[in-house]
Amino acid sequence: MMIQELCPVRNVVQVAQGVFVLTCISPRIAASILPGQFVNIRIGTGTEPLLRRPFSVYRTNGCDIEIVFQVVGQGTDMLRHLGEADRVDVLGPLGTPYRYESPDFETAVLVAGGLGIAPLPILTSFLKRAGKPVVSFIGARESALLVDLHLEQVSVATDDGTRGFHGTVVDLARSHLRSGHFAHPKIFSCGPTRMLASTARLAKEFGIPCEVSLEGPMGCGFGICQGCPVELLAGERKYALMCKEGPVFDASTILM
Amino acid sequence: MAITSFQIRNVTFKNRVFAASGTFGYGDECLDLVDITRLGGVVTKSLSLKPRDGNAPTRIVETPSGMLNSIGLANIGVERFVNQKLPLLITLDTGVIANIAASSVDEYCKVLDRLEEVEGVDAYEINVSCPNVKEGGLSFGASRDRTEEITRTLRGRTNRPLIIKLTPNVTHISEFARAVEGVGADAVSVINTLIGMAVDVDTRKPILSTVTGGLSGPAIKPIALAKVYEASRAVDIPVIGIGGIMNTRDALEFLIVGASAVQVGTANFIDPSIGATVADGIAAYCDNHAIDDVRSLVGSLDAGRHASVIDSWL
Repeated sequence: MMIQELCPVRNVVQVAQGVFVLTCISPRIAASILPGQFVNIRIGTGTEPLLRRPFSVYRTNGCDIEIVFQVVGQGTDMLRHLGEADRVDVLGPLGTPYRYESPDFETAVLVAGGLGIAPLPILTSFLKRAGKPVVSFIGARESALLVDLHLEQVSVATDDGTRGFHGTVVDLARSHLRSGHFAHPKIFSCGPTRMLASTARLAKEFGIPCEVSLEGPMGCGFGICQGCPVELLAGERKYALMCKEGPVFDASTILM
Repeated sequence: MAITSFQIRNVTFKNRVFAASGTFGYGDECLDLVDITRLGGVVTKSLSLKPRDGNAPTRIVETPSGMLNSIGLANIGVERFVNQKLPLLITLDTGVIANIAASSVDEYCKVLDRLEEVEGVDAYEINVSCPNVKEGGLSFGASRDRTEEITRTLRGRTNRPLIIKLTPNVTHISEFARAVEGVGADAVSVINTLIGMAVDVDTRKPILSTVTGGLSGPAIKPIALAKVYEASRAVDIPVIGIGGIMNTRDALEFLIVGASAVQVGTANFIDPSIGATVADGIAAYCDNHAIDDVRSLVGSLDAGRHASVIDSWL
């Protein structure tokens, strides 16, 4: 069930360079959201920006939902300046969640690049509740951009070597998978599309299942505008909608 | 309470606010968020004879106070609409207007004929003006003769109300409105999207996969108002105003310049309940201004003198 709520803002807290967590009170969405699902937020009340902006839910805490965002444009800059007196118009839960209870794995291997960490904390808490061991690999361009909060068994990669493994997060995950410590692993991934494509190849290399959460422009977020096609590799239809059938897809079913 | 009902041909809708085609799915996707019985009706996503995949990504991009789309008429096709969507729509107390898109006169006829076989479709809106598909749409809508031919042909096959959705991408939209009125159209929808484009200057590539797309949203409202004004002065059939309506006051502007009804489009993506809010808002405006029928507002523009805008400007 989709819910549209006008949510009082608790605060906006900086967690890394240019990266913030917005917490707002959204009891009905907090009670029903699943990991990998997202909310579509109306920023301001004017026509700039016009469309809502989609954000993965980062964490829930009682009646609160949290989203993590990087200031990259006008909309996210407006979000950063929200405070206790403000309300945000939030629409959610939207999209298809990670299949965190599927029987095709024992160990959850989380792989995220950049702000792809967004859905990992909520995913981690659901996985733990489902009794699944979790290991996390997160990567960023540099140390200052890393957000490693509320995760389990974290290993870090940076492109410039300022922290952890010097290289890509996919290469980092590969070296750990090679060691063979994980019982029946499955990859849960989120990040830029090129990184996800590389993660999908990694999963194929090891013959293990992999779910990816995509990011891209959306008009409405709930399937009516048909604006966010994702190309399918097989079947009768050419496209699925990122907002409705995604943002989480089985990596082996889509073209990235 | 003011009278809000709106009649086209032999069908009466409960009010003059509709959800525009392509912005409300098939009516069933928004039921969590809006009481659609408060709308005059829902215009369906364009229906074609066969399901259509639509265009490659990227299909949408936001522009100043607007958006460009190039969906390419992605839809489930008329057969699945009849079997999977219509049965639920019929049970909801709101008008159902089936929008039809096609790439030939024959295909328009086949889709309409299929819909003629079933109960529950209150009216047709004919999309002769989609700017985003190569083989159809605008190639009809930009030709007055072709638009007239389609209208005349479909008129001969149905007694249900026939609404022709016109493109603004022509020199004089009034000539098109007059032409379709002359061959039996019951109303015209004015306007479909304006052709526009956006470019990524870093890669120097067009953002949309089809290079150009259709511009909608508040950015086009002044243009849409002028087109409705032009068309409504040229014909006696109702003009349904569309273009950037975000709230009640926007809708009132359309009624005042000559629209008999309005459709809310892009705003549904932001707030799917906006059409219902606007319908209630129009009724409240009439009550507050001692207007006993919304119809009295239609074309009530006082063109004799200018309005003072100083307050709303400041």
